[in-house]
Amino acid sequence: MNLRRLLLISVPYLWLTALFLVPFLIVVKISLSTTAIAIPPYTPTLDLAQGWAGFKDFLSQLSFDNFTFLTQDDLYWKAYLSSLQIAALSTLFTLIVAYPIAYGMARAPDEWRPTLLMLIILPFWTSFLIRVYAWMGILSDEGLLNQFLLWLGVISSPLHIMNTSKAVYIGIVYTYLPFMILPIYAALDKMDDSLNEAAVDLGASRLSAFWLVTLPMSRPGVIAGCFLVFIPALGEYVIPQLLGGSKTLMIGKVLWDEFFSNRDWPVASAVAVVLLVILIVPIVLFQRNQQKQQEAES
Amino acid sequence: MAQVKPQIVFDPWNDPKAKPLIQCRSITKRFGDFTAIDTIDLNIYEKEFFALLGPSGCGKTTLMRMLAGFETPTEGKITIDGQDVAQVPPNKRAVNMMFQSYALFPHLSVWENIAFGLKREHAPKERIEERVAEMLRLTRLEKFARRKPHQISGGQRQRVALARSLAKAPKLLLLDEPLGALDKKLRQDTQFELMDIQERTGTTFVIVTHDQEEAMTVASRVAVMNAGEIMQIATPADIYEQPNSVYVADFIGDVNIIEGNASPVSGGPEGAISIAYGEGQDPVQAIATSPVTEGAKVFYAIRPEKITVSHQPDPDRANHAFGKIIDIAYLGNISTYRVQLANGQLISATMTNARRLERRAFTWEDEVWLSWTRTAGVVLTK
Repeated sequence: MNLRRLLLISVPYLWLTALFLVPFLIVVKISLSTTAIAIPPYTPTLDLAQGWAGFKDFLSQLSFDNFTFLTQDDLYWKAYLSSLQIAALSTLFTLIVAYPIAYGMARAPDEWRPTLLMLIILPFWTSFLIRVYAWMGILSDEGLLNQFLLWLGVISSPLHIMNTSKAVYIGIVYTYLPFMILPIYAALDKMDDSLNEAAVDLGASRLSAFWLVTLPMSRPGVIAGCFLVFIPALGEYVIPQLLGGSKTLMIGKVLWDEFFSNRDWPVASAVAVVLLVILIVPIVLFQRNQQKQQEAES
Repeated sequence: MAQVKPQIVFDPWNDPKAKPLIQCRSITKRFGDFTAIDTIDLNIYEKEFFALLGPSGCGKTTLMRMLAGFETPTEGKITIDGQDVAQVPPNKRAVNMMFQSYALFPHLSVWENIAFGLKREHAPKERIEERVAEMLRLTRLEKFARRKPHQISGGQRQRVALARSLAKAPKLLLLDEPLGALDKKLRQDTQFELMDIQERTGTTFVIVTHDQEEAMTVASRVAVMNAGEIMQIATPADIYEQPNSVYVADFIGDVNIIEGNASPVSGGPEGAISIAYGEGQDPVQAIATSPVTEGAKVFYAIRPEKITVSHQPDPDRANHAFGKIIDIAYLGNISTYRVQLANGQLISATMTNARRLERRAFTWEDEVWLSWTRTAGVVLTK
């Protein structure tokens, strides 16, 4: 391998090492430390001036106590479970909302498609935080939604959506919808329409043609979309913080509280490490799906 | 050209008692302002191998899609086996289609692709397995049953598409440019395979193609289409020998068109006319199949292989023209000479190369006589 190629390949690796691997190792190290009233708020810190003995001493002070602690207090595993549930359910809801939209887009006349794609991407032009704040105005007891429903006469007293997990589901579905629509749209758009015609020609009804041909053909897009929603939703902090109120337990919020309210960096780091381990499973699955899809296309 | 043996003449279209499998009555299809199909009448008989031939955009694919049920005619009526199919959706028609792109389901194996249609009619399991095995055998795909479409070659994919569309034993099989994606050699082999399968299964085939050689090879009858209209429906031999218009004559094979004014010849054979086509040129002696009036403008179409090239006019033939060879295309078995007549008209004549090349009688710039008989060409009025 010549030097230029090596140089080119080393750029992303250096980037990942400096900005992902090294910080992660620091987090792992902190998770194995003990809290201290100091700056930084944990011990031990590595003092290279003392040489090899100092390093051995440093290693001997590290412990898995923080991880053991996570299993003892049920707050943590409840938060993990609740996060998994919220992430999984909201991924499902997002899929249910996104599929018809993507299908409609893929079926739309060619000249409409750029506009439709534009409309999907348009919300990104406004800050994510502002868009979530806007939902507070819609979902609160005196919010637009309740006022509208009261005016219609569908309900007689306001619905309590704000500060419940319902608001979190709505927030996640709204925020991550484009990440679900785009891969499904891409898969459906690539599909040759004559496949559907062939299915109908061979005796399938429109519905079974969809079930037997369109849906399996869009599977890679559905899988990609599900991961793209599930993975960030699992560690979501802003949405449960702003919309979910104090009763909605999610691991992102727990992490924040440990870090900033309790100033317990080692436990917060342990929470983060476990979250990452949980996320590795879907990430590996996602990677494998992508790879399989690429192989199928080549 | 498909030559039928004289003993078993297959020509239901000449039998007034025969009932066509497919009848199109004044079919018109419009897309907005555009008329894709303009008042077409068409009968296709059982066991026929019928070709719709025409350049792209002539409406042949639209016509086929109307037979499949993917398009409905704006006006007119289509009956299949006596039944008006206007209200019958594609999945309820005993018609199957082989798509130009093959449209094989990429997520299903070859076996599952072929079984797809049978499973939709909820045939019993043994029946499906038996029928799929039969189709695999017919198309010589037994070894590839477990493969996915992307794991087999283009020619094999084409055969899977054929097997899949034949699996339900349709009354009518539509083939949309079935050989378009194959290379020339494979295409020729596959043409004979298609004919063989059509004959063995006894299915009525309608093939859409823009390749005149393909249509001539496989079809029992050919419909030549242009701009939404059918120009002529006839057997390949009749299309070639008896085109009804300059368009058909020109579309199928090579042809010389001589434009001139006709005048009936008295005393000659029935329908004999002479066509004056240029100053100083002997008028062409020809036979008109329909009466022509004195001085009417006609087109005389004659195939290059019907003209002989010689140093002296051939006294046995009624027509002669003198000219100079300006071009020779040597194709091995035959040579085509482009001869310019005194009036500037270019005439192509094809001669078989019975002698070795070095003993060839003519070369560039040679002055030669072209001769052809009275019945060699056809007189066209449009």
